[in-house]
Amino acid sequence: MAGTAWRSAVSQVVGALKKESLQPRTFTRGIHTVTLIPGDGIGPEISTAVMKIFEVAKAPIQWEERNVTAIQGPGGKWMIPPDAKESMDRNKIGLKGPLKTPIAAGHPSMNLLLRKTFDLYANVRPCASIEGYQTPYTDVNLVTIRENTEGEYSGIEHVIVDGVVQSIKLITEQASQRIAEYAFEYAKNNQRASVTAVHKANIMRMSDGLFLRTCREAAEKHKDVKFNEMYLDTVCLNMVQDPSQFDVLVMPNLYGDILSDLCAGLIGGLGVTPSGNIGANGVAIFESVHGTAPDIAGKDMANPTALLLSAVMMLRHMGLHGHAQKIETACFDVIRDKKALTKDLGGNSKCSEFTDAICQRVRELV
Amino acid sequence: TFDRRHNSTHTPPPARYGGRHTVTLIPGDGIGPELAKHVCELFRFCCVPVDFEVVDVDSSMASEDDIDDAIMAIRRNGVALKGNIETNHNLPPSYKSRNNLLRTTLDLYANVMHCQSLPGVRTRHRKIDIMIVRENTEGEYSSLEHENVPGVVECLKIITKTKSLRIADYAFQTARAKGRRLVTAVHKANIMKLGDGLFLECCKEVASGYPEISFESMIVDNTTMQLVSRPQQFDVMVMPNLYGNVVSNVCAGLVGGPGLVPGANYGENYAVFETGTRNTGKSIANSNTANPTAMLLASCLLLDHLKLHDYASMIRRAVLSTLTETKLHTADLGGQGSTSEVLQRVMNAVQSTGPRTLSM
Repeated sequence: MAGTAWRSAVSQVVGALKKESLQPRTFTRGIHTVTLIPGDGIGPEISTAVMKIFEVAKAPIQWEERNVTAIQGPGGKWMIPPDAKESMDRNKIGLKGPLKTPIAAGHPSMNLLLRKTFDLYANVRPCASIEGYQTPYTDVNLVTIRENTEGEYSGIEHVIVDGVVQSIKLITEQASQRIAEYAFEYAKNNQRASVTAVHKANIMRMSDGLFLRTCREAAEKHKDVKFNEMYLDTVCLNMVQDPSQFDVLVMPNLYGDILSDLCAGLIGGLGVTPSGNIGANGVAIFESVHGTAPDIAGKDMANPTALLLSAVMMLRHMGLHGHAQKIETACFDVIRDKKALTKDLGGNSKCSEFTDAICQRVRELV
Repeated sequence: TFDRRHNSTHTPPPARYGGRHTVTLIPGDGIGPELAKHVCELFRFCCVPVDFEVVDVDSSMASEDDIDDAIMAIRRNGVALKGNIETNHNLPPSYKSRNNLLRTTLDLYANVMHCQSLPGVRTRHRKIDIMIVRENTEGEYSSLEHENVPGVVECLKIITKTKSLRIADYAFQTARAKGRRLVTAVHKANIMKLGDGLFLECCKEVASGYPEISFESMIVDNTTMQLVSRPQQFDVMVMPNLYGNVVSNVCAGLVGGPGLVPGANYGENYAVFETGTRNTGKSIANSNTANPTAMLLASCLLLDHLKLHDYASMIRRAVLSTLTETKLHTADLGGQGSTSEVLQRVMNAVQSTGPRTLSM
């Protein structure tokens, strides 16, 4: 059909343009400006820790701090503050701490607002076993790539009659194409051997079938990366028995939510798991996915590992692999040494002591 | 139009003839037929008063006559043992999943899986004892999808008050009957406020009628995280269909894999027993390497349902004692034993306890 040919031609052009902007950007004198959103609760203290470590590592990063409390724009529509939006649009790269989800504040969650503002369509969570932090699973090394804009979380629900509710799961070709393309590009850029599409097309034939078809089409275009498909239940079953068989996993929203948290649980929880959100127009926001922990906020007890590893992910995304490797190695070495661990990692050091230990290790590694 | 499949207003009498029960047996695909054969052999050997009415379902056929016949047979006998029927997900939506058709037509609303750490099986976590009660007929498995605009597909997830109350009641009744103390509802009501919100409301409502049992709720992604770090905290879990799929597979993996856990599907009038994780095992079919434990334990659940408790206990004891023999472990447990060796050992174990058995 002419319509389909036109659509695919347009998407190819758009795809080419997008590829351009996913390349690392170099500014004058090699210093990259990054928008930093400290967040709430323990957010400010772990952000300070990360900034300190980056300074010691001499990473060419300049931080631009912004606040993202929701404000009501003209017409009553909730949005993030314009200076935050402007900063992110300019810098393209952001690092974010935990944001508190208000109940009955009248506005949607901040994470949702950010997602909609920057069209953050891919949530990427690399899960790798941390040598010094023992869990029953020691050989995890996988990446979950989750479609983050549609699927089961489209928020479209209706009460049909009293006592009967329907929730609509939306799968579109466009969003599926976008996430599948991103998955293969990620695999190529990060030397991953295979991409597995996770689905339940035996039951949800049309929706997951569409997702699967677009993944297959993307696989055809990237023949150097292996592709296979697996049912969601088979993935869950095998994941808890032998997680080493998985590499990159790509899936729609709900399965991604469940599987990415399952994998985080395998390596030790949300306190040590990094995460990145990729948006349209080259925007990428890296964040820690744990909560704000208001009970320990301000007490110098927080663990900055998740935010630090997300920042390392950010460095890799920007092409600064040397600095990324240095900081990551220092962090893992300190955890392995077990001499200065925060409480959640099993020690009783302060956040500042943990940070200082990492800084010291970074100096030794230079 | 007369729809043969749905015409069931009358409960057939229990199928006992001359003291023997007739049970529908659907071998299915993959490893199904060979496991079904082993169950038949074992039952004959133990002189179990059960006769199997075998109904084959050809999953490659487009017509639904086969599955309709199977459903009719289950209506006739009231009870069935089944293997998984393959669904080719590359076929168009008009070709529905046979397993799903069976469950929804017979209204087998509760899928129950009891995941326990078994002696003789080495796993990363010990002392797991979780009973999963999963809503089996609605939710995301309603098979209602449409494509209004090309490239945009909508899939409907249906949650009803009636079915949510029913499954919650089933979970609490089971918990009470088995002396369990905590029921955890798994949901995602923070995102699906109306759908899962309704499910949660129903669970809370039912919970208030069982004051001796504690009730908690947990969001599904946190649940999976907790399951892989501390599965011992869970007792009975109740949830809608899709989360049930995820949680039951995670739990099965935690206690040793798909070869060990039996599953049961209960409805008002019918009961169908199968392996818990519903795998066809295509890749290991006909190689004598499949683990028969799950299917044999499912047949024990079947015998319990038929109130043949002595036979059930006898076979269950034999199967579990065989599991402690590491050198007989099949490939899924990390060993090199064959299915027939395991079965032989089970039969020996039964014979050594003294009951009348068919001479071999």
